[in-house]
Amino acid sequence: MIENLPALQIVIPLLGAVLCALVRHGGIAWAISTLVSWMMPVVAGLILAQVLSDGAISYAMGGWAPPFGIEFRIDAANGFVLLLISVVGAVIMPYARRSVGAEISRRNQAWFYTMYLLCLCGLLGVSITGDAFNAFVFLEVSSLSTYALIALGKDRRALLAAYQYLIMGTIGATLYVIGVGLLYTMTGSLNFVDVAARIADMETTRPILAAIAFIMVGLSLKLALFPLHVWLPNAYAYAPSLATAFLAATATKVAVYLMLRFLFTVFGLHATFENLPLTEIFLALSIAAMFGASIVAIFQENVKRMLAYSSVAQIGYITLGIALANQTGLTGGIVHLFNHAMMKGALFLVLGAVAFRLGTVKIEELAGLGRRMPVTMGAFVVAGLSIIGTPGTAGFISKWYLAVGALEQGMWWLVFLLVASSLLSVVYIGRVVEVVWFRPLSEKAEGAREMPLDMLVPTLILVAATVYFGIDTSLTADIASSAASALLEGVK
Amino acid sequence: MELFENIIAHYNHWVTIFLMVAGLYIVVARGNMVKKLVGLSLFQTSVYLLYLTPGKILGGTPPILDPNFAVYSNPLPHVLMLTAIVVGVATLALGLALVVRINEAYGTIEEDEIFADGEGGE
Amino acid sequence: MSMEFLIILCLVIPAVGAVLIALAHKVPNLREAVTLGTAGVLLVAVLSVLDAVLKGVRPEVSLLEILPGIEIAFSVEPLGMMFAVIASGLWIVNSVYSIGYMRGNNEPRQTPFYMCFAVAISSTIGIAFAENLFTLFLFYEVLTLSTYPLVTHKGNAAARAGGRVYLLLLLGTSMLLLLPAIMITWVSTGTMDFTAGGILNGKVDDVTVALLLMLYAFGIGKAALMPIHFWLPSAMVAPTPVSALLHAVAVVKAGVFSVLKVVIYIFGIDLLTRTGASEWLVYVAGATIVIASLVALSKDNLKARLAYSTVSQLSYVVLGAALANSWGILGGGMQITMHAVGKITLFFCAGAIYTAAHKTEVSELSGLGRVMPFTFGAFLIGALSIIGLPPMGGVWSKWYLALGALDAEQVLLVAVLMVSSLLNVAYLLPIPFKGFFGAAPEGSSDEKIREAPLPCLIAIGATSVGCVLLFLFPEPVFDLLSMIDLR
Repeated sequence: MIENLPALQIVIPLLGAVLCALVRHGGIAWAISTLVSWMMPVVAGLILAQVLSDGAISYAMGGWAPPFGIEFRIDAANGFVLLLISVVGAVIMPYARRSVGAEISRRNQAWFYTMYLLCLCGLLGVSITGDAFNAFVFLEVSSLSTYALIALGKDRRALLAAYQYLIMGTIGATLYVIGVGLLYTMTGSLNFVDVAARIADMETTRPILAAIAFIMVGLSLKLALFPLHVWLPNAYAYAPSLATAFLAATATKVAVYLMLRFLFTVFGLHATFENLPLTEIFLALSIAAMFGASIVAIFQENVKRMLAYSSVAQIGYITLGIALANQTGLTGGIVHLFNHAMMKGALFLVLGAVAFRLGTVKIEELAGLGRRMPVTMGAFVVAGLSIIGTPGTAGFISKWYLAVGALEQGMWWLVFLLVASSLLSVVYIGRVVEVVWFRPLSEKAEGAREMPLDMLVPTLILVAATVYFGIDTSLTADIASSAASALLEGVK
Repeated sequence: MELFENIIAHYNHWVTIFLMVAGLYIVVARGNMVKKLVGLSLFQTSVYLLYLTPGKILGGTPPILDPNFAVYSNPLPHVLMLTAIVVGVATLALGLALVVRINEAYGTIEEDEIFADGEGGE
Repeated sequence: MSMEFLIILCLVIPAVGAVLIALAHKVPNLREAVTLGTAGVLLVAVLSVLDAVLKGVRPEVSLLEILPGIEIAFSVEPLGMMFAVIASGLWIVNSVYSIGYMRGNNEPRQTPFYMCFAVAISSTIGIAFAENLFTLFLFYEVLTLSTYPLVTHKGNAAARAGGRVYLLLLLGTSMLLLLPAIMITWVSTGTMDFTAGGILNGKVDDVTVALLLMLYAFGIGKAALMPIHFWLPSAMVAPTPVSALLHAVAVVKAGVFSVLKVVIYIFGIDLLTRTGASEWLVYVAGATIVIASLVALSKDNLKARLAYSTVSQLSYVVLGAALANSWGILGGGMQITMHAVGKITLFFCAGAIYTAAHKTEVSELSGLGRVMPFTFGAFLIGALSIIGLPPMGGVWSKWYLALGALDAEQVLLVAVLMVSSLLNVAYLLPIPFKGFFGAAPEGSSDEKIREAPLPCLIAIGATSVGCVLLFLFPEPVFDLLSMIDLR
């Protein structure tokens, strides 16, 4: 059993999805999804513990030995991502029952859970696999289910958002698969480790450089790197609340992970950062994201959309860590991957609760809501502080690592840009806080009550996590640090 | 002359690139949502060629073990592309389903008509 | 009881108080009793720490390590001790005053008010006892955030706008300038601990020292050095007890205290004297002193005038730090105490006038002193202390600052100090004089006005007596500050 853990990580959600599709009953489907989601962190935790104590795990899927068979390969980096996705999934499931019940028609609820589990399966698959083409397949499993999840949103604009995302996402995936094809043509292998070994003497050839370019652009679309983020705001704004919370916390993170894997393990720092101006490109785009998206966020009327733009900005911080490409900076990027999942997940859950009680997330309708839903809105403030990066919250830890990483690279000006962009988040978070706490009650907020307990608890768990991981970083920063070393080691 | 030979020798790639760019162009240039999907599908199809053509070895046989033949074509790209075709079909199906729903909700599948009233943004 | 535990207790007491206040929100009398009780217990705890510090003990406690080398830790040294005593001592007085003021004005949402207040005090203690830059920064930000709801307390458009300026300027400067300064310090020295004699010596070149000082001086926006002083006047939309304790004592003093602390324990005065990196700060502080006094002169709104007076007086402390000699540090430290007691008196009086007569402008106060003699008498005492005239405590800090300026051969500064005192006379003394001797406006209904509620008067009395006592017995403060290890 224990040696088959990596397979379970994929198989359980897949079976769960099939079951959900068969039962066609919302309540039972919810129970199945909850059961599956709660099993995942256990599996992921066991895998990660094993990796941290004994080093990377290699699992031959179906018994076919790598490099020809599909290998599941887990080191500190993707073990961490697996745990992150599983934990987010497990935490939000109790929340799902009411939120999905309110936002999705009875007929479609079972399908929602099917799609959710497929998405979970795909995301876990991308993270766990050691095979470039297999990663594409899982990426598309998660993407296709995501399109469906988004299309289930109540607003008819959800359909448009899903369609646009489908177009953009498919282009991204196809670009990725073109890159993988070039890579395969040149090296004759799809296994990450194997490709990395074979690529050494041809890393400056044109097909390899083209492969890097295709893969990077394709993944940038998937992870919504500025300016390829245009699909994200609408998709997050109109998707069902639970789907938004789940996707914001996990989907882009997985794409980031895959990009890290390619940059550091497959191609290696040498091939990418020296032959191509990747540092400059990532630096420029990250900074553009940090400022551009934050400024747009300030002017949003729909709070969900505002947070979606904030996500684009926060992804900029993660890619900034990639651009720094040193131990500290990369640790910052990876730890932010985790921390941002916690805080954005919490914020979207809060908005889900607002939508549940008020039926809207327009900023002016939220006026005075702090007096009716003090705990919920208190949660928003705390998670918001983490977005801003105040000390004592998880966001500070990420920014600290990134800034120190920048200073180590001698880029002191970057530190000032980093803090300046945080200041923009003070504006957009502060705007909501001011409306919610210091404005007279709006008509809609008048009748609102605190959200029910089964929704409140998951939200508070995530909020508590944003504070806890700002104070005790032994879990996050340490694992992120060893993940960063694992990735940087691939270079040598 | 060398360049010319080079171009001729890789004609399979030229076909691939033509399909790829044509597909992408349709996605970008067409406002009709079904046509966009056709373009997208074309774009995806080009990838099949990208994988399959280099896998064919001139004079090689299909990869069936037989003591009489020593040269085989590479079987792996075929397997990969079978998967990719499945993904492509699923994408197309989902895309078309979305277009049907959009048509029900908006009464049109022309992007410019839908976005005319500012539906895309706020 | 071990010293470590006692330090933690000092931080936890107000925080627990905040929770108890929330629990007691249905019974106002109980809630106020909790506030007073918490303040009393806190003072006892702080005084027990003081006792040990005076005996030469330097208690330390490390709470937890957040990242390798970055920990939340506390260590008590004389300067921080003094700050903690002031903050906790004046909290009691201010709580008494708040009860009178908040009830007298029927302010809404009193429970969140008292809660935020307690949290603010807790973070002030955290700043005072911080052992390293990170801890200081952490509590500095908590203080900003916990006082923001107090500034926007009224909830009207003006309060929201004031709160916005307050939050953006304080968070902005701290994140934009202070945080990078801390990071640069950390990366170049590998430590963030406040160490006697400073940590930067020999670790960075002279240009970086000057740049870092600039980042610190302006990054600590709470010190209200010009041009980063706008937040203080806009914070005056808050209820008066907030202006009194937070914007005359806790928040602004946290700012200048941090400046002093950074100068003494991060830079080290020797480094600053040797490189001359703090020279410019002397002039900026001097300019702030004079300009802010001039602006105060032009303000008719009483609280705005006091706010600009605070801006001016704060720069005395920064000046003391910038002089970077032992007299300057002593004067700066004394100024923290003297100004705190003097200015809180003035704000109390302003609040009492508002509560009793609903008057906010200086020009409306004519003749009011005759119906509120106690309040205006106390105002006179506070004003004299701010100006620095005997027999009030304020004279001592000015005296040592002048000595420091002479010691640094900055004769010009002595002139600045004198000009500033004259300006203080010009903008403060007319207020009580107008009150006592001015003619009451025609057809006014001043006869109906009584003195403010009793709790307010008790608080006013206590702080005015404090001004006098500090003149007669400055030795404790002096002794405590002389114990600072300047190396």
